[in-house]
Amino acid sequence: MNHLLPLPVLLPMAAAGVKIVLGPRRPGLQRAISLGVLAAVLGVAVALLAAADRDGPQLDQLGGWAPPIGITLVADRLSAVMLTVSAAVILCVMVYAIAQDVADQAPGTPLSVFHPSYLLLVAGVNDSYLAGDLFNLFVGFEIMLMASYVMITLGGTPARIRSGTTYIIVALLSSMLFLVAIAVVYGATGTVNMAQLAGRLAALPPGVAHLAELMLLTVFGVKAAAFPLSMWLPDSYPTAPAPVTAVFAGLLTKIGVYGVIRTETLLFPGGQTRALLMAVALASMVVGILGAMVQVDIKRLLSFTLVSHIGYMIFGVALDSAAALAATVFYVLHHITIQTTLFLVTGLIERRGGGTSLDRLGGLARTAPLVGLLFFVPAMNLGGIPPMSGFVGKLGLLQAGLADGGPLAYVLVGGAVVTSLLTLYALVKVWNQAFWRAPCTPAGTAADGGGRHGEERAARPGGDGDEEDPPAAVTASLPPAMVGATVAMVALSLAYTVGGGPLIALADRTAAELLRPAGYVRAVAAHAPGGF
Amino acid sequence: MTTSAVLAVSGGVLVACGVAMLLERSLSRLVVGVLVLGNGVNLLILGSGGPAGRAPILDGAGRPVSDPLPQALVLTAIVIALASAAFVLAIGYRSGRLSGDDEVRDDVEDRRLTRGDHELRAEVRAQRRRFRAWRREQRRQVRAARAALRRDIRAERRRRAIDDPARIEEPDPGPGDRQDEAP
Repeated sequence: MNHLLPLPVLLPMAAAGVKIVLGPRRPGLQRAISLGVLAAVLGVAVALLAAADRDGPQLDQLGGWAPPIGITLVADRLSAVMLTVSAAVILCVMVYAIAQDVADQAPGTPLSVFHPSYLLLVAGVNDSYLAGDLFNLFVGFEIMLMASYVMITLGGTPARIRSGTTYIIVALLSSMLFLVAIAVVYGATGTVNMAQLAGRLAALPPGVAHLAELMLLTVFGVKAAAFPLSMWLPDSYPTAPAPVTAVFAGLLTKIGVYGVIRTETLLFPGGQTRALLMAVALASMVVGILGAMVQVDIKRLLSFTLVSHIGYMIFGVALDSAAALAATVFYVLHHITIQTTLFLVTGLIERRGGGTSLDRLGGLARTAPLVGLLFFVPAMNLGGIPPMSGFVGKLGLLQAGLADGGPLAYVLVGGAVVTSLLTLYALVKVWNQAFWRAPCTPAGTAADGGGRHGEERAARPGGDGDEEDPPAAVTASLPPAMVGATVAMVALSLAYTVGGGPLIALADRTAAELLRPAGYVRAVAAHAPGGF
Repeated sequence: MTTSAVLAVSGGVLVACGVAMLLERSLSRLVVGVLVLGNGVNLLILGSGGPAGRAPILDGAGRPVSDPLPQALVLTAIVIALASAAFVLAIGYRSGRLSGDDEVRDDVEDRRLTRGDHELRAEVRAQRRRFRAWRREQRRQVRAARAALRRDIRAERRRRAIDDPARIEEPDPGPGDRQDEAP
């Protein structure tokens, strides 16, 4: 029993409650609470990671009820490592968001709406990582989604309401599908405890097991935005404020990937859906990146690259070997960090350049060299330029694919290389247009930026204009704390290269643990009276 | 596992109806769709708990009791569906306040991108066709006007030739004519 386990869920949830009671009062105290709680979660996550790495899966039984009836929280290496990286990213994004509010002297809304929903989102994310039974995983998803509904429609502007509706309906549908899947699994096996399921699902007739597996994969595929189920993502993410998009892009899709990894390693090991996952991975990579190439808005472009890079992770899961899983875990960690960083930098670009459309930006390398550097490093990292972590992760995946040696694996390796090059093309396009070319207007001052927006909006036909948000105020100043948070994220992503040895070793141990689910099952069964 | 066919079939029918409603564009229909779908799914979960008609768990001394776990799951699912429906209703209200109806619009960027080459070219062709028709029409009008003018002039000359045969030789009637007529 490790009683640290409920803390990553409890702390943010309690803080969210306090904030709802306080409303817009005592802003200083509230910001301190947010940062303190998230820092504490990071501390707990690191402690859990150390314990899980040293002693194997950590367990806690909520309310003292024994498994399989009681709710189990489990932190094995995969959960703990994802929890740790997420906590670090979440803390940086919170600093960024607070700095933005302080700089904009925003009224009470960020404190009374954004902070509680953000903390609830964190609670949901952490609960999903730690859930030891399928239904608790569903509840974690729902906590996270309910908070994300609020965050994606923040402010209730027409554009956000429109894109939020798409997001909410897709999320609701996938939640319902998740419930049906749970009903099928429970009806077939009589349990929702994942450790117990691991044994009982293997004994099912193959048809029933396959049905349950495909339903779960569909649910997690929607969350992860793997290709045929990815259409909602580029429509809904770009309209939200920068910190919201950043944390959604970094974390929410990765929880889908986490679900896929759990399904394929713990619940249904053996790779019956290998060919399907490979096809999905290839389609996600290629379709996603082709979509990214034609975009003119940086946020939409990054959303499409997100879809495309989910394909890499699905590829690793499909290969189902120790090397591939290790590379996948590494890639997931790298991608959480890098995708969040890129969206945070886009927020800085938006502040500095007055928008995120490549048609209007230009000359930022001269007017905002620091933003240029902050964009360039993660962009090259995402494109997989050595020696950065994107290269390490992709190299691991490609090696695992070549070691696999099947014809499908070779096709996937080819697709992954092409996708990587095209990612580089898309990001270099952003770099050339937004940073390197001559500025569109001489000074790019606040008045100019506003004026250009005004003309642009006036020139547009009425049907389009009414769905656009009013242009963000162009502020030449970049608050040091926002830049600091972004710098910290870039540094974290570079740390994956500097500390590459220990991290890859940890990923290897994680993969080894994933491939031997017996250890996980034994750890949970030890707490059940009379075993499973 | 045995289960009640009524539960399974009605759950299936409700899910089908809910999905059909979800395909609509109007948010108020979407809310109803979410609720119907949620209820269908809840029936399916209840159905996974085994046959109907067993004793509740408190009363189950020695007799087979009904499985309490699906009931607990359904309770959670109902609460979540309630919150989701409330949120969708709020969104629908907000959407109605903003745009006057609760239809879900197309994505602006999507519309812009899908208006690709093909449509643009068709548009250019149509514009050109309209322009040509306009030009033809203008020319026709000019020709008609000129012909009418000429006819008038000829008629005028003929009239004057009858009045005064000496003036018929005059080459250009132009402004001179008009000056003559003015008084």
